[in-house]
Amino acid sequence: MSGTRWLVPGLAVASVLTIFAACLIGSTPLPADRVFAAFFGSGEVGDRLVVWSIRLPRALAAFLVGAALGLSGAALQGLLRNPLAEPGVLGVSATASLAATFSLYYGLVSLSPWILPLAAILGALAATSLLALAAIRTRSVVTLILIGVGLSSFAGAVMSLLMNLAPNPFSLSDMINWMLGSVANRSFDEIGFALPFLISGSIILLATGRGLSALTLGEEAASGIGLNLRNQRIFTVLGAGLATGASVALAGAIGFVGIVAPHLIRPFVGYDPARSLVPSALLAGLFLVVADIGVRIIPADNELKLGVVAALIGAPVFVWIATRRRAVHD
Amino acid sequence: MTELVAKNIGLKSQDATLIEAASFRLAPGEFVALLGPNGAGKTSLIRASLGLEKPSAGTATLGGEDTCRLDPMSRARSVAYLPQIRPLAWPNIVRDVVALGRFSSGAALGRLKDDDARAVERAIEACDLSGLAARRADTLSGGELARMHCARAFAAEAPLLIADEPTAALDPRHQFRILDLLADYVARGGGALVVLHDVQLAARYASRLIWMKDGRICADGSPSDTLSAKRLADIYGVRAQIDGTVISMEGPV
Repeated sequence: MSGTRWLVPGLAVASVLTIFAACLIGSTPLPADRVFAAFFGSGEVGDRLVVWSIRLPRALAAFLVGAALGLSGAALQGLLRNPLAEPGVLGVSATASLAATFSLYYGLVSLSPWILPLAAILGALAATSLLALAAIRTRSVVTLILIGVGLSSFAGAVMSLLMNLAPNPFSLSDMINWMLGSVANRSFDEIGFALPFLISGSIILLATGRGLSALTLGEEAASGIGLNLRNQRIFTVLGAGLATGASVALAGAIGFVGIVAPHLIRPFVGYDPARSLVPSALLAGLFLVVADIGVRIIPADNELKLGVVAALIGAPVFVWIATRRRAVHD
Repeated sequence: MTELVAKNIGLKSQDATLIEAASFRLAPGEFVALLGPNGAGKTSLIRASLGLEKPSAGTATLGGEDTCRLDPMSRARSVAYLPQIRPLAWPNIVRDVVALGRFSSGAALGRLKDDDARAVERAIEACDLSGLAARRADTLSGGELARMHCARAFAAEAPLLIADEPTAALDPRHQFRILDLLADYVARGGGALVVLHDVQLAARYASRLIWMKDGRICADGSPSDTLSAKRLADIYGVRAQIDGTVISMEGPV
């Protein structure tokens, strides 16, 4: 437990260093002094362009998306008292990206740059509300995860339908981007449109942390010690919907990040859901920045999609956690 | 003085009547045992009187305020409620679980304020958990877990405590230990309402027994006034001999 105090500062420093490293690495590697110079507005015009318009926004987008998913995952796991709950597994990301695709498909996005993040967030909120309603009716977490799987499959099916009917290859490739998840070519503008939702969702989730600790005891005992269950459900769902929706608006559906990070963090924070929130967010952000560096340096004809790489790492971890789980909790 | 007063509480779920016209009172300094067969409505009565479920009739007040309108935090500061023990969702540290008892005073795990931390230490001390405080809860035995949950309820330092079968699934020695802890709490000035299935233990520890059957309170009074062979036959449907404080059950009626 002595390392706990250094967990958050350590992860924060590591995140900053990794984002900096992401600015160094690329098709034309830049040495650290040139990146530094570009950061502070001096240096060559080309370097400034590469750092400020391409690499930094991309790395920041990866970090923010990861952090939002890690935080949402940790919070949903606390709410549902299950280490397998996560926006991706529960179908929240898929529903959000479906809603985003709809807005692209029908050209609504041309109305305002806010349409896309709003559509993604509405999709995410619809899915999280449905799950929360189901959570009130059923005490079985397995049922809940199955509902999530169903939701995810349904969103996938509708997405396939849209692709099937896609009017031209451009919209098709757009949709593939949403389905597979990527932070390539993100700009500060796009980050700016997602950020307000991401920040408000995160604030709500952090504020519900204490209630998540209380839920460790189960719902009956948690209300016994003074938790308002209804508000706890509403705010966790709202916060996770906002944060996940914002992350989908920025990068499409990226799964499993929200499972891996909290799972690794929990032993270091005494398995307390509240104390796992911030470190999980940082670690998940860090993980996606590293994965995105991987995406950029792995030599492939088509650039790998970030969501694909994240799932390649995350899905086996999901299976591993699921097989190691003791049956007593359900 | 904080008193829990339930007046003519009724509770229905769909078409089944769970509780009918139940009235009782719990004040500091009392050790009340709530007795009755499975399905008599003991847990429902507790839930309805605490406002965790809205009664279909009657009202329950806590310190004069309707428990249904009381916000959960202020209710929890007056009554520590220990429901039937369920497994924890995570293998938390024992000290953290006890600290959750301070939830209603605003405590956040890992950064307790001084008075919260002191209350947690007192509760750990009282329940003899000092040696286990740093252990993970999933490594404890059933008796140790029961003590941990008692400590959690004590940590709230609320004037009243309601415990639903705190001695379930414990061996005789541990049952005594838990009831001793509750008796200490009452001796310190608390008021406890405890659901028990062991009539012998209830008669030994409690100053008052509340007998329930089919959603109704059949009797409420001191063990000497309310405990009889006929009562045991009425409530539990068992034949029993009572000799002073010794009850011997002989079989079903």
